[in-house]
Amino acid sequence: MSNPSSSTLPVAVRDLTVAYREEPVLWDIDLDVPPATLMAIVGPNGAGKSTLIKTILGLIEPAAGEVSIFGGTIQEQRRRVGYVPQRGSVDWDFPTNALDVVMMGTYGRLGWFRRPGRGEQAEARQALGDVGMEEFAQRQISQLSGGQQQRVFLARALVQDADIYFMDEPLQGVDATTERAIMSVLRTLRERGRTVVVVHHDLETVAEYFDRVMLLNVRKIAEGPVAEVFTEENLRRTYGGRFALLQAAPVR
Amino acid sequence: MEQIIEFITGPLAYPFMVRGLIAAVLVGVVCAVVGTFVVLRGMAFFGDALSHAILPGLAVGYLYGGGTTDALFWWGLLTAILTSIGIGVISESGEIKEDTAIGIVFAGMFALGIAMISTVRSYAVDLAHILFGNVLGVSVSGLWLITIFGGAVILIILLLYKELVVISFDPVLGATLRLRTTLLHNLLMILIATTIVVSLQTVGVALMLAMLITPAASAYLLTRRLPTMMALAALIGALSGVVGLYLSYYGGIASGAAIVLVCTALFLLAFLFAPGRGWLWGMSWEKLRHAALRSFPTASRQ
Repeated sequence: MSNPSSSTLPVAVRDLTVAYREEPVLWDIDLDVPPATLMAIVGPNGAGKSTLIKTILGLIEPAAGEVSIFGGTIQEQRRRVGYVPQRGSVDWDFPTNALDVVMMGTYGRLGWFRRPGRGEQAEARQALGDVGMEEFAQRQISQLSGGQQQRVFLARALVQDADIYFMDEPLQGVDATTERAIMSVLRTLRERGRTVVVVHHDLETVAEYFDRVMLLNVRKIAEGPVAEVFTEENLRRTYGGRFALLQAAPVR
Repeated sequence: MEQIIEFITGPLAYPFMVRGLIAAVLVGVVCAVVGTFVVLRGMAFFGDALSHAILPGLAVGYLYGGGTTDALFWWGLLTAILTSIGIGVISESGEIKEDTAIGIVFAGMFALGIAMISTVRSYAVDLAHILFGNVLGVSVSGLWLITIFGGAVILIILLLYKELVVISFDPVLGATLRLRTTLLHNLLMILIATTIVVSLQTVGVALMLAMLITPAASAYLLTRRLPTMMALAALIGALSGVVGLYLSYYGGIASGAAIVLVCTALFLLAFLFAPGRGWLWGMSWEKLRHAALRSFPTASRQ
């Protein structure tokens, strides 16, 4: 196994343990994500899926272990990383419109004091177009549907023009149009050599949408190409007794 | 016509009235701009606590600094910044929730201030000025302090506008962009503290909160864009200052209370009539009658 600091993979995680008040939420995780991949992270509630993403992003301090992004620390590589948080994490009554939210994606590279200009605005419009939202640019964000809000978040990540994206449940509770729009954007990103790691809840669509899957329940149960690791046996080990309730899922 | 001109220019014959008007406009604008972030980030209780908690600082400036504008300003500012840090330390320890920490520091400091001021004989008069402001007593040097520090506060907000918007709307994005979110949050608290201290003489400790949140809240109801909200809030704040002072002059009402009452009246107008969002918007007489009948069921029997 290679040392994470010598790896130049999009993501390399070694021996990662995260705890809240002594209680481990992630235990001894190893993970390598190859380039140009769509990867799903699945697991029951409380499995640590969001925590894993936030720890990789440097938002949570791990108790032990190492994370490397393209061979560097998250601080060094922040310009190459995009994040789409859960929709519920912001106040949608904030007085701002879709275009302004998308433009926030350019703030990281603008640096202190500089205001976004015409170039940034054009990029933001382009990204709104990519997610099928061009006509909603001036719409106040509280007047968008849940799916449209999710697409605004995705457009904001697109203008960051990152090499790897982390998305927390982007398909949770969205309409069919939004789901198609988001998946088409994710496939385009993969064609351009980008890597996308998605926390996903819908076991039925894992095989259709993703190349690789990680089954997580505090520990890593399995990780690899969907065809190899997305098995009934592994799902049972991940979800335990609850898997009986999920029997409808078409599993190889 | 002449009477209207006389009505407006009459009070301007008094230099203290001119200074008061300038102070009220400047304070109205600075408070409203800072208040926009106070309202959007839900920091109203923090603002209220901070304005009360500087009382011991003012007492020290008053008792040992001779009560000059400068002494009150610097002691007030020092106390405000120490209080923000104190609240931060107690709530970051994680043992106590933030609003509880704010409440404890707020009441303790306020009591300390009252205890200190109560040791002097002219206690009641002095305390009243500090609690309720005395905008007509603003000196020329006081005006300079308001202009310089209020101007600095607005300049910093304009320079860091996009960073402050990101940490207010989506702190997690701020963190992933490595925006120094803690530094920006602390800076915002210092800006609020400075605003409170420069504004003290107009409305005083007890009514400070109204200047911070009421114009911003009214503006929030009138627009869905942040730059417009800030501009509208500044306009409402300045207008309240001017109208309030005339009300005070002609009605013989305490100036701070008059200014705050105008702010509140403007908020009520926005709350009732704001296009598309006001309480009465889209209400027909028929609906109103039904609403009234539901509230007072006995009225229908008469």
